[in-house]
Amino acid sequence: MSHPDNNSPQSPAPDSWHRRTLEHKSALFAVLTTVAISVGGLVEIVPLFTVSAGPQAIAEVTPYTPLEQAGRDIYSREGCVQCHSQMVRPFRAETLRYGEWSRAGEYTFDRPFLLGSRRIGPDLHRLGGKYPDVWHYEHMKDPRSTSPGSIMPAYPWLLEDRIDTADVQASMTALSTFGHYTQAEIDAAPAALAKQGEEIVGRLRQSKVENIEADHEIVALIAYLQRLGTDGKKAIKDQVAQTERAQGEAVAAGSAQ
Amino acid sequence: MTADSPAAAAPRYDDEIVKKFLLATFIWGVVGMLVGAILALQLAWWPANLGLPWTTFGRLRPLHTNAVIFAFTANGLFTGIYYSMQRLLKTRMFNDTLSNIHFWGWQAIIVSAAITLPLGMSQTHEYAELIWPIDLAIAVVWVLFAVNFFGTIAVRKVKHLYVAIWFYMSMVITITVLHVVNNLAMPATLTRSYPVFSGMTDALVQWWYGHNAVGFLLTTPMLGLMYYFLPKAAERPVYSYRLSIIHFWALVFLYIWAGPHHLLYSGLPDWAQTLGMIFSVVLIAPSWGGMLNGLLTLRGAWDRLRSDAVLKFFVVGITFYGMSTFEGPMMSIRAVNALSHYTDWTIGHVHSGALGWVGMSLFAVGYYLVPRLWKRPLHNEGWATAHFWLATIGIVLYVVAMWVSGITQGLMWRAIDDVGQLQYPNFVDTVIKLVPFYWIRLGGGLMYLSGLVLMLVNIGLTIAGSRPDQAINPSPAPAK
Repeated sequence: MSHPDNNSPQSPAPDSWHRRTLEHKSALFAVLTTVAISVGGLVEIVPLFTVSAGPQAIAEVTPYTPLEQAGRDIYSREGCVQCHSQMVRPFRAETLRYGEWSRAGEYTFDRPFLLGSRRIGPDLHRLGGKYPDVWHYEHMKDPRSTSPGSIMPAYPWLLEDRIDTADVQASMTALSTFGHYTQAEIDAAPAALAKQGEEIVGRLRQSKVENIEADHEIVALIAYLQRLGTDGKKAIKDQVAQTERAQGEAVAAGSAQ
Repeated sequence: MTADSPAAAAPRYDDEIVKKFLLATFIWGVVGMLVGAILALQLAWWPANLGLPWTTFGRLRPLHTNAVIFAFTANGLFTGIYYSMQRLLKTRMFNDTLSNIHFWGWQAIIVSAAITLPLGMSQTHEYAELIWPIDLAIAVVWVLFAVNFFGTIAVRKVKHLYVAIWFYMSMVITITVLHVVNNLAMPATLTRSYPVFSGMTDALVQWWYGHNAVGFLLTTPMLGLMYYFLPKAAERPVYSYRLSIIHFWALVFLYIWAGPHHLLYSGLPDWAQTLGMIFSVVLIAPSWGGMLNGLLTLRGAWDRLRSDAVLKFFVVGITFYGMSTFEGPMMSIRAVNALSHYTDWTIGHVHSGALGWVGMSLFAVGYYLVPRLWKRPLHNEGWATAHFWLATIGIVLYVVAMWVSGITQGLMWRAIDDVGQLQYPNFVDTVIKLVPFYWIRLGGGLMYLSGLVLMLVNIGLTIAGSRPDQAINPSPAPAK
């Protein structure tokens, strides 16, 4: 009887083809293993870098503003992606619940992607514009005040902690490697942060929220959440309108003949 | 035939490194699963988030997944690999210093992960959350391990490589490739970076990584351990050498294609989604080849399941491997995925693989090794059997709870009423329904965890030499 230590699994005889050609030659075995594990990845991933097989770009989809990017970094830090997806699937039940299904080109400036894999809470890809800013403020402060029965934790520290302009600029500098921002935009970031932040603070004040300033983390997060999926939604609407116009013209041309 | 006997001619193996990895495995196992239990409690009862930034679900979940994958499982793999490859190749590890750098470096990486993840430092890629300086450390330590691994193969005293070594090798090579490519990023600060790939391309690269981290960390090297430790424990040769060749090459070739099944119905091009689905379904064949080769190795030894804890754990582990490698391909079929995706069904699937296959197999390896490494009988065989039943019943409770909760929520999301509107338009309604199952899941998880704690105590008392009959039984042969 043979045991693993004696290096002889039962059968066939130790001079099999596989043993002579591969098991005796560890370097060749390693090379062939490397080839075997490389093929699938190469076939599936490499074509995505071509124009025809890769994600189709959408002209209306533009990079996040400095404040939105700061909000996105907070979203990443808090692990929102652990419970919330950002990918509406093309099913009737999903488009009824969330809105337009998600297109590949909408994620062009998503570094990292935040599609998520589990909906412990609802999908957020079409969240932008769905609720007023104050809803998000109240929701992050106490999720059950806006969504009774919710199991989401509260995030009160977002109402106290502040974003750091230099830190946002460091992020923008890294992302400029991939063409998200120009140097001029990085230099203008402090003004852009203040301007967009004040707009949100102004809307919060109208809703009787007085203690929030433009550099509070909650403001950046609201900016990001309100941006989610809006570029794509607009692009899809424009495209549908264009198609309908073209169809209308074709019908008109047909009846004129 | 008694390869473990300290015959004068046998080379002196480095078993100290094996002991270290073994203790690290089960200590980190308790930590990782304890965090899992806290997360389960948070879902059942939200105040358990404690209102602190570093204890919220979003920050702790990566700590749980990283701990069970890279602390519990990886240390367990290293335990089995360092023990078996020295014996299979009849040589000591290539370099003891490299072995120790590997051990301490890996533990330092785990500690740094346990600090940074609760602080919210995350790349957000699932199972690749660790920030770029830690990623660099992982790359360095992994390459040193690879040098030690291939060095040991180079100085081997036997001519051919046993099947277990093939599977270990596929891990060493593939994890290197996956880790490097998926973590290519531009640093912004010391703790934050942005990936080279964006959007759907980033998603595909991540799931090529994520799925194959499952494939080449939780599957192929575990099969390698099975090919060494199961025949040893059963005292039977592997059922079929020919089957091991076929299923090895088929598994390593096919596995890598299956990543896109994580992105069905996404913006990923249809041809890539379809490739992912087809290769996932085809994966049943080599997976079950491995399962059958394991189970059939026990032919003629089934009666020993009654008395041998090692075999008990192995048989349930391999059975769960067969079950989850059937379930996975089913969930990769678009029509099934439409229901299962985004739900707890996925969580249940993962845990039948992680608790069932990986956990039970590592427990088998642990109970096999402890008496042999410390050269004394296990402190209490009955506790090992109790551990087996706690773990088995715990998994069943966990997985069934997640099946029910996943399918319930999936059906509620898609339910449409007579006039074509959503039957449950308020998302929270589909969450409240799951809370009872979250309590059952917590119960199952706690059973599994308490079994592991019992094992750790058993190991500790064995090492302390507290078994009374040990003095009159100084034989290095393990109790059976």
